[in-house]
Amino acid sequence: MNSVLLSTRNLHRSFGGVHAVKDVSFLVPAGAIKAVIGPNGAGKTTLFNLIAGTLTPHQGQVIFRDKPITGRKPHTVAALGIARTFQTTKLFPHMTVLENVMMGRHTRTRSGFLAGMLNAPWTWREHRQTETKARAILDELGLAAHTNETACNLPFGRQRLVEFARALATEPSLLLLDEPAAGLNIYETQELSQLILKIRDTGVTCLVVEHDMSLVMNISDEVVVLDQGQKIAEGPPAAIQRNPEVIRVYLGNDHA
Amino acid sequence: MRLRIYYPVLATAALIVALHLVLASADATYYMTQVTMSAYYALVVIGLCLLMGYAGQASLGHAGFFAIGGYTSAVLTTFNLTPYSKTPLIAQCQSLGLTMQWKDLYGAEILSFTPWVAFGAALLLTGLIALVIGASVIRLKGHYLAMATLGFGLIVYRIALGTPVLGRADGVSNVPPFHLLGSLQVNGRAPFRVQNYYIAWIVVLIAMVLALNLVHSRVGRALRSIHENEEAAHSLGVNTYRYKLAVFILSAIFAAIGGVLLTHYNGSIGPSEATVMKSVRYVAIVAVGGMANLWGAMVMGILLNFLSLRGVFGSYDDTVFGGILIVMMLFAPQGLLRVPRLRALTARLSRRSHA
Amino acid sequence: MNLPQVVQYGLSGVTVGSIYAIVAIGFNIIYSCTGIINFAQGEFLIVGAMTAISLSHFVPLPVAIAGAVLLTTLLGGLIEIVFIRPVKNASVLRLIVITIGLSIVIREAMLHLWDETVRSLPYFTGTAVSTVTILGAHVSLQVFWVLGVSAVIVTALTLFFRFTLTGRAMRACADDRMAARLCGINDRRMVTLSFMLSAGIGALAGCVISPVTQTQYDMGAPLAIKGFTVAIIGGLGNSMGAVAAGLFLGLLEALVTSQSSAYKEAVSIVVLLLILVLRPSGLFARSDVSALRTA
Repeated sequence: MNSVLLSTRNLHRSFGGVHAVKDVSFLVPAGAIKAVIGPNGAGKTTLFNLIAGTLTPHQGQVIFRDKPITGRKPHTVAALGIARTFQTTKLFPHMTVLENVMMGRHTRTRSGFLAGMLNAPWTWREHRQTETKARAILDELGLAAHTNETACNLPFGRQRLVEFARALATEPSLLLLDEPAAGLNIYETQELSQLILKIRDTGVTCLVVEHDMSLVMNISDEVVVLDQGQKIAEGPPAAIQRNPEVIRVYLGNDHA
Repeated sequence: MRLRIYYPVLATAALIVALHLVLASADATYYMTQVTMSAYYALVVIGLCLLMGYAGQASLGHAGFFAIGGYTSAVLTTFNLTPYSKTPLIAQCQSLGLTMQWKDLYGAEILSFTPWVAFGAALLLTGLIALVIGASVIRLKGHYLAMATLGFGLIVYRIALGTPVLGRADGVSNVPPFHLLGSLQVNGRAPFRVQNYYIAWIVVLIAMVLALNLVHSRVGRALRSIHENEEAAHSLGVNTYRYKLAVFILSAIFAAIGGVLLTHYNGSIGPSEATVMKSVRYVAIVAVGGMANLWGAMVMGILLNFLSLRGVFGSYDDTVFGGILIVMMLFAPQGLLRVPRLRALTARLSRRSHA
Repeated sequence: MNLPQVVQYGLSGVTVGSIYAIVAIGFNIIYSCTGIINFAQGEFLIVGAMTAISLSHFVPLPVAIAGAVLLTTLLGGLIEIVFIRPVKNASVLRLIVITIGLSIVIREAMLHLWDETVRSLPYFTGTAVSTVTILGAHVSLQVFWVLGVSAVIVTALTLFFRFTLTGRAMRACADDRMAARLCGINDRRMVTLSFMLSAGIGALAGCVISPVTQTQYDMGAPLAIKGFTVAIIGGLGNSMGAVAAGLFLGLLEALVTSQSSAYKEAVSIVVLLLILVLRPSGLFARSDVSALRTA
C-alpha cells in the first residue's frame, strides 16, 4: 500500500497578484490519511480546488494514478475517482436525503437522455441498484431515519453527514474532505474521526483539510503544512507537532 | 420507475375523450379548433418547463424556435420547385419521393417538398441553431442569459419580418396539410376538426410522457441537481455545461414541433408567432403552472392559450400575461399548483416525489 | 459621403447615443444598488414624455416637463415599494420576470391611456425647421438640447454620487449593502431612491428626445434593450463606461443607417449578442465583475 495515489508538482495559482498557492508539491500515498493544515488564507481550499478541477493551476501538475489530471474539469475528475466535500455544505436543498445520495451514483451509472425519455427497461435495473446502494450507505452512516426528508430541513451536523454519504456513494479512490469537523462538537468530531478511519479501512485514501488538531493528530498518517500558499513542512504528525516553523506560524506553544 | 406517474396521462386521455363527447352533444365542436391550437402551443410550454423549472435556465426567446420550426416547414412546403424540376438535384428528390405535386388555393400547380421532409428539415435546423445559440449563451448567468435569449428571439422576429422569402409582415400562407399516415392529416379545415383534435392531443401526451420519463430518470435527477447547486453537481460528475445545452436544444425542438404542426393546421404562419410577447407568454405560463411542474405547465398552457384565442382577455391580452408574471413571482414563485391549499387537489394528479 | 453628411450622421449618432447612455446609466444606478436589471427602464422615458405631452396642453412647456419628471420619479418609487421591496430572498430569475411583467403592464397601461398615436413634445427652442449650420450640415437646435441635458445629467449625477451624503450612502449600498446598513444607512430607502432617480433621469431623457424621435407607447422596450446593451458594453455599474459605450452604439447605428436603413434595428441586437458571448464584463472591465459566468 505504498504506491503514490496523488501527487502535486510545483502547483502555482494566483488571483490578481495574490499567490494563493505557490510551488506546492507533495505526495499522497495510497491508503493513507493525509492532513493539510495551516492558518486561514494559507491556500488549503485553493489547493483542493486545483486538485478537484474547479480551478486551473497557472503552473505545475496534478498527477493521479500516474496520469496527469491538471486542468481537467470537475466532472472529469469525479469520474476518475476523486470525490470531495465542501467547506460550506453544498447539498441539494430541496431534494430528499435519498436523492442527494443517489446523485453520488451519477458517475457509476449510464442512462442518458434518450434512454431516460424512452424509459428503456435496462434503466429500471440501474435505477433500482442506485437506490439500493444509496440506502445502504445511509444505513451505514446512521442516516436511515432521514431518508425521505428534504435535505435543507436537517440539522447542520446531519447535513454534513449526508454530504459525506453522497461523496462515498461515488465509490472514490481519493476523498477530499474540506474542514469536515467545522461546526461539530467534541463528540461529533470523535465520531467523524472513527468514520474517516473506517472509510480508509475500506481502501479509500483521504486528504483532509482541517483546523481541529485533535482530529489531525489522532488519525492522520502524514501532515502537510501550508502557510501563505507555500508548503512549509511535511511529515508524520509527531514530527510536525515539534517543527519550530509550524509552531511559530500556526500551532502556538500549546500543542508542542 | 413507478407506473404511478402515468396515471395522470390516462386521466387526461379520458378527459380528452369526455370533452369531445360533451362538445359534440352540445353541437359546439367548433371549440375544438382553439383547443387544438392551444395544444400545439402547450408543446412549447412543456419544453420550456424542462428548461426553466428543472434545469433552471431562463429563456425569453423560445417563440423564436417555434417560429423557426413553423417557417422552415412553411417555406419548404410552399416553395414552388416547378421551375427547377429539370435540374438533377430536384429530379433526384422527385424520384426519391421527397416532393409532392399539389394544387394550391388558387388552383396553381405546385411542386414542393413533402411535409415530412419539411418537418425533418425544420427539426434539424432548429436543433442546429439551438446548438449554436445555446453553446454561446448557456454559460451566462441569470440576467445575461435572459437578455441573450431575448436578443435571439428579437433577431428571429426581425428576420421573419424583413425577409421577402418569408413573406415579410404577411408571413407564409397556403401551407398544405400535413399527411401523416393513411388518411390522417394535420389540417385545420372543418371536416378534419375532430381528427386533428385527437392528433394534437396525442402529440401532446407523447411529449408529456417523454418529459415525465426524463424528469424521473437519472438525467432528470442530474438536471435538478444542477438547478439546486451547480457546483456540487459538477463535483459529482455531472457535465453541467453539456446537460444544460442538451435541455436547451431539447426544449427548442419541442417548440419547433409545435411550430410545424400549428403552421400546417392553420395553413399559415406570420411574424406574430416570433414576437417577444409570445416568448414572454410562454414564460408566464410556465411560471403560473409551476416552474418544475410539468402537468401544471401543460394545463395552464392549454387553458390560458385557449382563453386568449377565444378573445376572453380582449384588448388586455398582453396585460393579462404581464400581470400574471408579476403576481406569480410576487406571491407564488413555485407556481399556483404549489400553493398549499391547491396542493391537495394536485396531489392526486401528480406526486411530487421524483426519485 | 461628403462632409455635411458625415456631420449629419455623426451628430445624429451622438444624439441618440447620449440617450442610450442615459438609459444605461438608469440601469446602472438600480443595478449597483440592488443587483437587479430593471427591464422596465425604457418605459420610464416614454411615460415621462407622454405625461409631459399631456401636461403641455395645460401648462407651459418647462412646467410640463418638470411635472412629468416629478410624476415619473414618484412612479419609480411606487414600483419599487409595491413590487420589488416585498420580494424576499428573490432569485435573479424571479426578479427578472417581475420587471418584465412590469414593463408589459406599464406599456399596456400607456396604450390604454394614450392610445397608439405617435405624439411628440414641441421643440424646446424654435421649430422643427430651426437649424444651425455646422460644416455644411443642417443641425436641429434640439440636438443641442439633447446633448446639453445629457451632459448636465451625467455631471449632476457624478457630483451627486461623489460629494453629497445621500449619493455616497447610495454608493455604499451598492458596494456592500449589509455593511452600509451597519453604518446606519437606511438601505431600503436607498433602493427606493435608486429607482426614483433612474425613473427621473429616464423621464427627462424621454422628454428631451421626444421632438426628434417622436414618442409612441411601445418605444420603451427597444430603448431598454439598447440601453442594456450599452450598459453591458460599458461594464455594468460603470457610468463613465456607459457614456462611452452609448456614443459608440449611437455612432455605429448612424454608420449602418447611412449605408442601409433596413438593418438599423439589427445593429444593437447583434452587438448585444456579441458582447454577451465574447466579453460580458464589458469593454472597460473593472476587477470585480464576478458572477457573470458559471463553471
